[in-house]
Amino acid sequence: MSEDKMITVQVMERKVKVPPSLTIIKALEYAGYKLTHGVGCRAGFCGACGTVYRMPGEAKLHFALACQTVVQDGMYLTQIPFFPGQKPAYDVTMLMPDAAAVLKVFPETINCLGCNTCTKACPQDLEVMHYVAASLRGDVEALADLSFDCIMCGLCVARCPAELVPPHIGLLGRRLYSLHVLPKAPDLATRIADMDGGAYRDQVAELKVRSAAEIKTQYVARDIEPE
Amino acid sequence: MSYTPAMRESIARVEATRAARLDETYPRLEHEEAQAVLRKYHPDYVAEGMRQLRVGPNKGDRTPLELADVLEAAPVIQPGMVDLDRVDLETDVLVVGGGGAGASAALLAQEHGAQVTLVTKLRFGDANTMMAQGGIQAADKPSDNPAIHYLDVMGGGHFTNVPDLVEALVMDAPYVIQWLERLGCMFNKRPDGVMETIHGGGTSRKRMHYARDYSGAEIMRTLRDEVRCRPQIRVLEFCPVVELLTDANGTVTGAVLLNLENHEYLVARAKAVVLATGGSGRLHYQGFPCTNHYGATADGLVLGYRVGAALSFLDTMQYHPTGAAYPEQIMGQLVTEKVRGLGAQLCNIDGVQFTFPLEPRDIESAAVIRECVEHGKGIPTPAGGVGVWLDSPLIDLKHGPGTVARELPAMIRQFGRFDIDITREPMLIYPTLHYQNGGLTIASDGSTGVAGLFVAGEAAGGIHGRNRLMGNSLLDIVVFGRRAGRAAASHAAGVALGHVTLAHLDAWNQTRAAEGLDGALLSPILLPDYTRHDRTPLAAPVR
Ligand SMILES: Cc1cc2nc3c(=O)[nH]c(=O)nc-3n(C[C@H](O)[C@H](O)[C@H](O)COP(=O)(O)OP(=O)(O)OC[C@H]3O[C@@H](n4cnc5c(N)ncnc54)[C@H](O)[C@@H]3O)c2cc1C
Ligand code: SF4
Ligand code: SF4
Repeated sequence: MSEDKMITVQVMERKVKVPPSLTIIKALEYAGYKLTHGVGCRAGFCGACGTVYRMPGEAKLHFALACQTVVQDGMYLTQIPFFPGQKPAYDVTMLMPDAAAVLKVFPETINCLGCNTCTKACPQDLEVMHYVAASLRGDVEALADLSFDCIMCGLCVARCPAELVPPHIGLLGRRLYSLHVLPKAPDLATRIADMDGGAYRDQVAELKVRSAAEIKTQYVARDIEPE
Repeated sequence: MSYTPAMRESIARVEATRAARLDETYPRLEHEEAQAVLRKYHPDYVAEGMRQLRVGPNKGDRTPLELADVLEAAPVIQPGMVDLDRVDLETDVLVVGGGGAGASAALLAQEHGAQVTLVTKLRFGDANTMMAQGGIQAADKPSDNPAIHYLDVMGGGHFTNVPDLVEALVMDAPYVIQWLERLGCMFNKRPDGVMETIHGGGTSRKRMHYARDYSGAEIMRTLRDEVRCRPQIRVLEFCPVVELLTDANGTVTGAVLLNLENHEYLVARAKAVVLATGGSGRLHYQGFPCTNHYGATADGLVLGYRVGAALSFLDTMQYHPTGAAYPEQIMGQLVTEKVRGLGAQLCNIDGVQFTFPLEPRDIESAAVIRECVEHGKGIPTPAGGVGVWLDSPLIDLKHGPGTVARELPAMIRQFGRFDIDITREPMLIYPTLHYQNGGLTIASDGSTGVAGLFVAGEAAGGIHGRNRLMGNSLLDIVVFGRRAGRAAASHAAGVALGHVTLAHLDAWNQTRAAEGLDGALLSPILLPDYTRHDRTPLAAPVR
């Protein structure tokens, strides 16, 4: 690409020229970086590439995933590959789906100031403060629902003035909700009971010894459940 | 970044046919015709893309060029390079890989009394498992049963799958779902608790369980959290394995790790090793973009192959029919099959549907390539590529407004970042390299022909034969992760820590030399090299 079409991005205190169509990750690689931190799935699911940047002339902090965000001229950035957060070991079967459980595992949750800084940091655009508030109300359903798309990038953890760890609260909430609030799948339980009694064992064992040709015939003839 | 004017013209044609297509069912390809399309258009059949292996247990077998290169390459370390007497860690079971297979193996090995260490290349959870969107199969509905599941798995794999492994897969499946349910994994359920299930490509029953479109992430987050809730399991991040260690009999007795932080080698002694290193999409076979995570570089295959473990089905890779073809920034990234599972159809430049949307993946991919290459009905992209439309707005028409928003939040977000609203506009897609159908040959307990070595997950081969169906991989990593973890723990219970040597490399070096292999490539490669190596002088400072 010709020099004049390139844009300038500042990585920490180093300015690099990169093509404007690249994502931040690819721009870093274009500029000669070999990444082992701040990079992961490269598709917006693993939360490893949280990035903080400012634009020229404005004080506002922006938050992004480096693999999903295109560079802009003047971007001044660094990656925050990880942010430490307390994560006590717990036995999810021994906790109840309520505020007491959240406060037992993460007592600092009570310190939430309701400042909404976490929400502004979230590259997934989640209502982080709302799910933290739901945890304090003991509304684990809302906690689980609102935190569901959290990729655990830790950017909200880095920003929270009250030192909370929202992603871990969300994860605890989802596990509690799924385990204790959602009804157990009834037909799954029936199937397991049948299989414990030996159901399908012979049927499958018999399929195993059939020739490929026989299996194929059976496969082609199988009925298909309608949409 | 939204669509170009030329693309918009084609989208108008897609919109024009939409109402009529709502009730249209494109016929599935008949078996013979499907085979013909596969042979003509599927990348597995591109002869120039493959070559025969020259060394190792699979000498003479065909595999993609890029994989052959890393399998035959020289080891990263050579005997004498690392002081093996300076041991850094000892453990009963060493689990290699921080994906779903590794986490499952670690949990089960720990439950069966083993002391467990899990090592991973980058972060724990930087893994293909985290990226899976669509769902996980299991025959647990009244209309379904494991025998029907068995048939579907075999049909998907073109009847080449290893029966014992398929049996383990389908018979363990309901137990795996229950295990995950009890760990607090948030599957989509109806108010009465019945799991929501839908079709996937090649399924004859609706048995795809899901967690919105973050199915793999939800499973991975839960398993990882459970590992972290058990302090007995030691986790070591940024420490990939670069070579296995063996004793004089060729039994695997440990591994050499590379500490990525300081580039020093660490020596790990173990009574059993579980390779759960996942796939190889980052080798970019035939130049295809891929859906995989950064560290999917076939390391486990290389490590296992060098100590004598055989590979199976490594002449077949899975190309997912719907990789993003536009915008360029997300090219190759996955558009989940669930989009088609929910009723979206594939249309060409004229807005005409050209294939049954839920063919098995290999056939669907070949059909898309045919539409673009043979029929010339693809939509060109500014980057010089081509794609066809995946008509996502059909979903809300079929199932009611709000369905896309509820079921596909990750997809909405991914395209929304580039100003494409998939509830109103179709997505442009083209096949992308997705999955390694084969891998290291295993028995149904995850054991290999090499004592002390177990394998689980995408690194294993045989379960899916020549083609895996969606939803059977998330299933297999948990089924065989659990089995391998259990088997490794029981193996470890019966042996003492062995001698650690690199003796197997002497034999390996000799075989390579005998075949005249002297390339400079070292493997495992650990990460693809995407860095631009440019030495343009820096501009002089402004005066
Ligand atoms: C985008 C995407 C979507 C998918 N969707 C679905 C779906 O809907 N349903 C389904 O069933 N399947 C799906 N799959 C397939 C499925 O997710 C994977 O096949 C499966 O998760 C692999 O699990 P694994 O544990 O074997 O490997 P991974 O999850 O990839 O984990 C491998 C781990 O090993 C580590 N590792 C690699 N090399 C080394 C080394 N040398 N030393 C130490 N550690 C190492 C990696 O860093 C990683 O942590 C999808 C895959 C992708 C990429
Ligand atoms: S909630 Fe916090 S950890 Fe989760 S995605 Fe948002 S910013 Fe990242
Ligand atoms: S940033 Fe911290 S204190 Fe502020 S609302 Fe979020 S969780 Fe509460």
